[in-house]
Amino acid sequence: MKDPDGKSTLGDRAPEAGRRFNWGEAIITRLIQLSGYSAIVFVGLIFLFLVRQGAPALFETPLAELFGTRWYPIEGYFGVLPLLTGSLIVTVGAMAIAVPLGIGTAMFISEIAPRWVREILKPLVELLGGLPSVVLGFLGILVLSPYLRLFLDLPTGLTALAGSILLGGIALPTIVSIAEDALDAVPRAYRDAALAVGATPWQTMWGVTLPAARSGVLTAVLLGMGRAVGETMAVMMVTGNAPVLAVRLSSIVSPVRTMTATIAAEMGEVASGSPHYHVLFFIGMLLFVISLVVNVIASAVVFRQRSRSERILS
Amino acid sequence: MRTVRALVLISLVLTGCGAGSASITPVGATEYIENRGSDTLVNLALAWAEQYQQEHPEVRLSVSGGGSGVGLTALINGTVDIANASRQIKPEEAQQAQAEGLQPTEFVVARDAIAVIVHPQNPVAQLTLQQLSDIYSGQISNWSEVGGEDRPIVRLSRETNSGTHVYFLETVVRLGLKDNHTLFSTDTLLLPSSEGIVNEVRQNPNAIGYDGLGYVPPDLKTIAVAHGPGEAYVLPSAATVNDLTYPVARDLYMYTAGQPTGAIKAYLDWILSPEAQLVVGRLGFVPVARGAQP
Repeated sequence: MKDPDGKSTLGDRAPEAGRRFNWGEAIITRLIQLSGYSAIVFVGLIFLFLVRQGAPALFETPLAELFGTRWYPIEGYFGVLPLLTGSLIVTVGAMAIAVPLGIGTAMFISEIAPRWVREILKPLVELLGGLPSVVLGFLGILVLSPYLRLFLDLPTGLTALAGSILLGGIALPTIVSIAEDALDAVPRAYRDAALAVGATPWQTMWGVTLPAARSGVLTAVLLGMGRAVGETMAVMMVTGNAPVLAVRLSSIVSPVRTMTATIAAEMGEVASGSPHYHVLFFIGMLLFVISLVVNVIASAVVFRQRSRSERILS
Repeated sequence: MRTVRALVLISLVLTGCGAGSASITPVGATEYIENRGSDTLVNLALAWAEQYQQEHPEVRLSVSGGGSGVGLTALINGTVDIANASRQIKPEEAQQAQAEGLQPTEFVVARDAIAVIVHPQNPVAQLTLQQLSDIYSGQISNWSEVGGEDRPIVRLSRETNSGTHVYFLETVVRLGLKDNHTLFSTDTLLLPSSEGIVNEVRQNPNAIGYDGLGYVPPDLKTIAVAHGPGEAYVLPSAATVNDLTYPVARDLYMYTAGQPTGAIKAYLDWILSPEAQLVVGRLGFVPVARGAQP
């Protein structure tokens, strides 16, 4: 972060302007430092705010009720379990779709596709990541859910599955992009060595390249998951938002209500300071903790990878 | 990506707040009318205020929501000139007003009807309030139980924060009974918008939904509703809402303290004029017929 050499060279080059220039340098360094720390400060403040607004829910609503199975806030039913299970089932479904597809796409782009295909595919996938989720939600309502209902013969297409498919699509670009970078970073010599000892291209990919990049691939999956847990608009539009406890296998083809959709739908009209308001912030706290855990695991994996490669190099 | 989502959220929040309060204050105003109350009425009251001030720049109108009770309390305390209410004044509120020496005067300014809608190919054309209540509380879950095909019923509702949801809960699910605590079945789909309900009903023959009469597109089938078995099934329309035969309809009121005079009287007269009642239809409510006024 500090660079005393840079200062002295600049001072030598322009001695009369040196002092003023160093001031500028110091200010810029401080500004960059400040913006670096500000991220930590903001996250801390957001969490403090969430706790301040959400913690009262733990005292106002009996715990047994807070973790009850009925969510109907206008009559004082504040059971968050249906919302928690709803978010989980949609996220797990999304991962089941996005992980194989994402890693497969990353392997194709990085290992199989000729250069020109790769140069088209990668920006396209990243463009997909830039699609506003509301647009995907519209497609979900107008195209996906009617077809899901017809093909699977369901009562309604507005189900956890519809949400999972959309979320899979939203998490996919994140997974592809990061996993592809990780696969790309595997040294060429690994592949050459595998091929030289007689492995087929598929054996090389599956047995050598992918395991060598596994930390990066795992990070990709976890970041994709973080993306999916926090997604709101698309999910609110297609999952039907029925607060049913989603614990059976058939729940994947039933309507569910996620935590994010609940906050988005109800925060606008809730009386500030009411038990309902505090419970919504409590749900926000739960979401924050979930994405914190996912991110901590992701960075722990990356950290482990770095220290191992350092061990190998030293 | 993030920004787009943030913008959408902000605009959602803003529309949410828009229903809460707003005031319109043109310059050079001489008369000041304060108008507060029902959240159901707030958008209509705002639209009226906006149009009225364009035609009468000398009048300054301030409109805010908060709920019918808030508006009526403010009227009794003398802090507003007109209270909006989606229900009639309660006897205890009237007594309070009389204790303050006020005689609340009631005006029916618009009507609000909820239409029950199904897929055009659904053979079911009529239901009683009891049947609707049983459907939405989860006791009836197949269309064959109410004379339709053997299909599961998919219940669609507005989100719990919508005034329409609460009105439907009280009038239909609980049949208008105060001591009835029936709830919506948990698997009722809570859709965030009218369009969400209309879209799903349009393409799903299992679905049943409800919405403000003014928002129902002509390509969907509207259910005729009867108070009880043996009584007449009535389709919702401006006519059946105005002659009070359609059961899922309510009057929307404005209250003044005593007989209105001056600018307030002129404003209320204008609200009941055909010109202002056009706005009512545009916002999805039912205009009041001229002759229905006392």
